[in-house]
Amino acid sequence: MADTKVEQMSVNVVKEPSMMTGAIPRKDWMDTPVTFKPGNYCYPAKKSIVEYLSKGLPGLFGEPREWKVEDDDWQLPENWVEIILQGMRERLDKFRSFKVFMDICVRCGACSDKCHFFLGTGDPKNMPVLRAELLRSVYRGNFTKAGKILGSIANGREMTFEVLKEWFMYFYQCTECRRCSVFCPYGIDTAEITAMARELLHLVGVGTNWILEPAANSNRTGNHLGLQPHTFKQNAEFLLDDIEEVTGVKLNSLSFNRKGAEVLFVIPSADVFAEPGIFTFMGYLLLFDHVGLDYTISTYSSEGGNFGSFTNNELMKKLNGKMYAEAERLGVKWILGGECGHMWRVVHQYMETMNGPPDNLEVPRSPITGTVFENAAAAKMVHISEFTADLIKHNKLKIDKSRNDHRVVTFHDSCNPARGMGMLEEPRYILQNVCNNLYEMPENTIREKTFCCGSGTGLNTGEIMDLRMRGGLPRANAVKHVEDKHGVNMLSCICAIDRATLLALMEYWNPNVGVCGISELVGNALIMDGEKERDQDLRFEELLGAGETGDAENNEEGA
Amino acid sequence: MYDGKLIIPGLLIFLVLMISPILFNGLDAGPVPKPEKPVGVTKCVKSAQYMRTSHMKVLDDWRDETLRDGDRTPVEIDGVKYEKSLMNGCLKCHTDKKKFCDECHVYTSVKPYCWDCHYVPKETF
Amino acid sequence: MKHAILAVIVLIGVAWLGSLVGLDPVFGMVFPYVALAIFLGGFTYRILNWAKSPVPFRIPTTSGQGKSLDWVKQDKLDCPATFWQTVGRMLLEVFAFRSLFKNTKAEIHDGPKLVYGSSKWLWLFGLAFHYTFLIIVLRHLRLFLNPVPGIIGQIEFFDGLFQVGVPVLYQTDIIFVGAVTYLFLRRVLIPQVKYISFAADYFPLFLIFGIAVTGILMRYIFRVDVVSIKQLTMGLATFSPSIPANIGSIFYIHLFLVCVLLAYFPFSKLMHLGGVFLSPTRNLANNNRMVRHVNPWNDPSIKPHSYADYEDEFRQFMADADIPLEKELPPEPEPEPEPAAEETEKPAADAAAETPAEKE
Repeated sequence: MADTKVEQMSVNVVKEPSMMTGAIPRKDWMDTPVTFKPGNYCYPAKKSIVEYLSKGLPGLFGEPREWKVEDDDWQLPENWVEIILQGMRERLDKFRSFKVFMDICVRCGACSDKCHFFLGTGDPKNMPVLRAELLRSVYRGNFTKAGKILGSIANGREMTFEVLKEWFMYFYQCTECRRCSVFCPYGIDTAEITAMARELLHLVGVGTNWILEPAANSNRTGNHLGLQPHTFKQNAEFLLDDIEEVTGVKLNSLSFNRKGAEVLFVIPSADVFAEPGIFTFMGYLLLFDHVGLDYTISTYSSEGGNFGSFTNNELMKKLNGKMYAEAERLGVKWILGGECGHMWRVVHQYMETMNGPPDNLEVPRSPITGTVFENAAAAKMVHISEFTADLIKHNKLKIDKSRNDHRVVTFHDSCNPARGMGMLEEPRYILQNVCNNLYEMPENTIREKTFCCGSGTGLNTGEIMDLRMRGGLPRANAVKHVEDKHGVNMLSCICAIDRATLLALMEYWNPNVGVCGISELVGNALIMDGEKERDQDLRFEELLGAGETGDAENNEEGA
Repeated sequence: MYDGKLIIPGLLIFLVLMISPILFNGLDAGPVPKPEKPVGVTKCVKSAQYMRTSHMKVLDDWRDETLRDGDRTPVEIDGVKYEKSLMNGCLKCHTDKKKFCDECHVYTSVKPYCWDCHYVPKETF
Repeated sequence: MKHAILAVIVLIGVAWLGSLVGLDPVFGMVFPYVALAIFLGGFTYRILNWAKSPVPFRIPTTSGQGKSLDWVKQDKLDCPATFWQTVGRMLLEVFAFRSLFKNTKAEIHDGPKLVYGSSKWLWLFGLAFHYTFLIIVLRHLRLFLNPVPGIIGQIEFFDGLFQVGVPVLYQTDIIFVGAVTYLFLRRVLIPQVKYISFAADYFPLFLIFGIAVTGILMRYIFRVDVVSIKQLTMGLATFSPSIPANIGSIFYIHLFLVCVLLAYFPFSKLMHLGGVFLSPTRNLANNNRMVRHVNPWNDPSIKPHSYADYEDEFRQFMADADIPLEKELPPEPEPEPEPAAEETEKPAADAAAETPAEKE
């Protein structure tokens, strides 16, 4: 939990002098160096992890070493400035987005109060425009005539260690959620700029362990926790027992690494081992069993979440490549993807380009409804919400909505599906069909204007809890609004990172609100063949009305 | 060069628009206005240079004085009296609107609203 | 800010002195051509320079419902899926500043309570600034075209519709100066915007303000001889430049500031004029899963950690857990799983237990 008590934090965010509370910094931002102290930075990557990753992708992760963020010496390579500048030059030539975004910002400030980290910290360097200037100033100082000649008058500067520290601080206070990009009149996307900055930081060996270790694990074991195949399978199978206990139905349709299945199902691996993701996972399995989908899960490619995408495009490609490779090996017809945010950013906007589908894949077609997913004609991968919405639309699901009556639900648009995919309606359609109490958060906090959970892109690590609670404040505050107004007690989402981070966020800001994936609610509502009378949901919590026929004391039961 | 199929035509359209005046004129600056000078008169109410830049101001002032203040006292300069009137003043010497007024007004695309109220003098006057 | 003000004052001084000491031909004939050449050349260079870098990934910011199932209503302009829908989005962006129209203003109150109000002033004044600028430029065509096409006269007529003053006051002049003033004031009065502003933000504002003011002075206060000026500008536009007499310093100051703006344009943030068309988050269709997008520098040598290596590392465990295998276990049971050929070293040998979990 966060170091600062919520009561104190509630006062801090409103009263402490910050740009959000009306205080104006005395010093120019260039003259305001960063200070690292416990709680405001992520731990650096372990030497062994960097060594491992460098084996697969030489030169991209810098010199493996032990170093401390608070030290004055990060043991950077002697020519680290050169490496950064050379890296910038290469990337300017490789990414038009980078080049254009470096050049055309007019600093109108429309983005300034759109960032959840700015709203929660009031730190001017968390204004997207200034975050970009951290990099842009170095670009100007080294790659533009005006910057070279006029120097600081043209807001150009040299690449120094202070600048590097600033980058490490603030490009790890950006979750690449793209909210600023929605409002920018030129579409400047800080996610692109942060991605570039992180690529550059990794080049000189500055990376965080919370990102690189899961990335390494995903590469080797197929899931970010590093579970070995048998453990992964066992975990998933435990959940079958839970399902049986709740529904009275023993599912036989779950299989692993099975060749010849029609569909390869890829989940964010957290869904098999962490609450509340496991309930989402149970929802998936109930759904597939309900409609008789011929699917399999791969232990080799069991991580849809792509930690590589928080580092550089090479590692993103390498990790993502497993999905198609496994789809080819198993000979499936198409791929179905679970509820995960940045996994879908990668799948939707990068996968086809990076890795291209193998020949055996076909344009996805739902075997139950016959619907051909034309929107996935090239990439051959369908989102579980698209799949489920289609099933509901065709009346293929037997649903008892009242089983979610104990939930008053709101929906959190996860950043990447919302702003990197345009998936806004499908999850809402599903929710409308599986639960009776659904309330939207305020207009400026949902859909394409949704707020990040505050801990995406590998920031959901324990050492920066205060920061995360601040970054998540805008989201939590919107939830609080519907909690007060409508009694909302369940925050649903379609992202595994959300399910982990919103849980902590809700515990902190809105302790009476739970977090779930929407497939969990689907699972609750599904009327399975041969099921027993359901009086508990997938969390073993009492259903509303279940107590009326049973003992009154059952109502006491917790989860 | 990537996406040249869209970028090059777009750029060309922009460049053509930017130099469109040059193309429109075809290197021909056209005739320079030569307002017909009144025969036998060498003086006006103000200097020629002043009239060139500010005749509209003179006319505007006259209109305000005569119509709004009812002051129709003629202007006297070097013993010569000029009626404060477009029709009975200016046009007395500058008799041909087309050959005098319009010459420059057309050239510079100025459309004075004198003729919203005043009758346009008959060209065959 | 002081650098920017100083720069504009110096520029005005240079032009004024220049015309006083008889450098009219330089300011009236040489600089305009030089400025235009820099503008056109620089603009072209910048666009081509951007075009030199590929767009490796198709990364539109989806600001509405994407194309999905047939019965899900797509937001075609905020989340286009085809070329023409994307054209629609771009047109709205370029001509109506659609993204800026969405602007909100956030405030934090006790509670804490965050509230987001609508904030359309920047959009309104931004739009006013750009459109009046456009109309003013079009109006100026009367000085560069002979004969003057009727449409230019129409624009002037409507711009001076209220017939205030002599010469007729143009509404655009007032709105334009008002908008520039707003854009400047918000830069100094809104703390966040002030904090991010520097010389390159103030300079164009002051420069444009200087151009507007000298233009207005020329028309309404000093009243220059437009016929002479048009002879000069027509001379420029037909490559037969000449310097008519009696034009006055104010014109040369105005013209010089315009020349500076033209020359400065390609090397400044003003290039957003061209850049907005090349912004990959706006000018691409959200059809990534439908249609292949090619990355010219895609590196096929980056391969995923292979399944074979994976199975080699975990074969025993997989066999024990009844997970299907490609290669059966060797007949002699081995106590330890066989190490893989490549990437054998386990990054976090015992990582499973101690990896930072999704939840703390």
